[in-house]
Amino acid sequence: MTIQAWQRPDGRKGIRNVVAVAYLVECAHHVSREITYPYREHGAHLIGFPGCFPNAYSHKMLERLCTHPNVGAVLLVSLGCEGFNKGRLLETIRESGRPAQLLVIQETGGTRSTIAEGQAWVAQTLKQLEQAPRTTMAIDELIVGTICGGSDATSGLTANPAMGRAFDFLVEKNATCIFEETGELIGMEHWMAERAQHPALGEEIVRTVAKAAKYYATYGHASIGPGNADGGLTTIEEKSLGAYAKSGQSTISGIIKPGDVPVGGGLYLLDVVPDGEPRFGFPNISDNAEIAELIACGSHVILFSTGRGSVVGSAISPVIKVCANPDTFRRLADDMDVDAGRILEGRASLDEVGREIHDLVIDVANGAQTRSETLGHQEFILTYKSFEPLGPACFPSAA
Amino acid sequence: MNQSTETDPRVLLLAPGDNVAIARCDLEAGTALVVQGHPVTLRERVLTGHKFAFRAVAKDERIFKYSAPIGRALADIAPGEPMHLHNITSDYIPTYTLDEGHEFPGEVHP
Repeated sequence: MTIQAWQRPDGRKGIRNVVAVAYLVECAHHVSREITYPYREHGAHLIGFPGCFPNAYSHKMLERLCTHPNVGAVLLVSLGCEGFNKGRLLETIRESGRPAQLLVIQETGGTRSTIAEGQAWVAQTLKQLEQAPRTTMAIDELIVGTICGGSDATSGLTANPAMGRAFDFLVEKNATCIFEETGELIGMEHWMAERAQHPALGEEIVRTVAKAAKYYATYGHASIGPGNADGGLTTIEEKSLGAYAKSGQSTISGIIKPGDVPVGGGLYLLDVVPDGEPRFGFPNISDNAEIAELIACGSHVILFSTGRGSVVGSAISPVIKVCANPDTFRRLADDMDVDAGRILEGRASLDEVGREIHDLVIDVANGAQTRSETLGHQEFILTYKSFEPLGPACFPSAA
Repeated sequence: MNQSTETDPRVLLLAPGDNVAIARCDLEAGTALVVQGHPVTLRERVLTGHKFAFRAVAKDERIFKYSAPIGRALADIAPGEPMHLHNITSDYIPTYTLDEGHEFPGEVHP
């Protein structure tokens, strides 16, 4: 089973061939959106960072996203006076061998002329990317991320464990799988630690979840919303139990932080909660913040489970929507790729749905459009965070 | 059939030691069921995926679902009673809802 992919000049392989248009401050957002709009169904995706103050995390995030293997070329749009280090970002993208252009609104004659110049560049670059070299990609070169959003009490019974099975099938073939949101693993830390590849990693997992619990407690809010409670989830521990099921049963090879791309296959925990004293607000203000981080870690495809019924997709990487609740599936069928609620109604087994998700990952990697792609969803959000480098215990042991 | 393990097919008991049962479909008030051999009559409607007690649970008892502790009982809970925010709380961080009287976290009242 191989995948038809795009060969990037830096050696990595992508499953989509996107032109990313990135605004480097909110002041350049409108211009960037106008540049992207006519080409949004032809491979132009809008991303960006709204802040005017520089931040190492957001710089690293945009660096990784702009050089993501699904991205073939990048247009950067700057107002001109913001703090973002646009020169360094442009250089990094060009060093990766990708076509890249920077437009500075203050130097390009304002809104109208920047939009015109930007659209001309995007149109010409999309044409150029049609010639991007193709190659085959093996499953062990694939990176898959997982997230749950709009969870209810069925998420942890059907979609999440089914995605966990799909992860197990992928890890068996030495693909790289990433699960995340340590704030939704609160209460599961000791079970997770037992699955660590080596004892020091297990201790690091416990420490990582304790950091998340402290962070959320500081803001007086666990990562459990009113809709989760309406859906039958009572406590953060109960939500965590369901969220944890997404990770499957494989050995946990290591911990990564946003923008770290795992080397070699296996299952990785993405620590999305900032280090140090809590600042900059909630760790992930909405699901797309986590999706952007999974993609910055190299995810080619995202598996997204929902019980209440989330409709989001993402810029850059396709999102496969796995619906946990059979009633929700009947209401929002058009938005869902997989009906995992069949498990609850006794119409399919966990293994069958897990296999279906696995096969769909391969199809989507081969170009099949997900529902959210078809519907034009390209949500993206990036805000402020701060991280310390990974400790040595976070990596897989050499043995 | 072994009386102690018999469970109605409309109900999920995720692990043998659990003290919560889960509705596999919407169940009306008054529904009579057997869970792990315990006869139970539901006191209120229980929606798909929601929880109810199938044996008496004492105040402060830990609640186990799939063998994992998911919180503790705020009051004594009788068999057939729904188990949710009104009678279970987190051991970590309380759950925020839109119910009246629930303060917005971080809100300051002069």
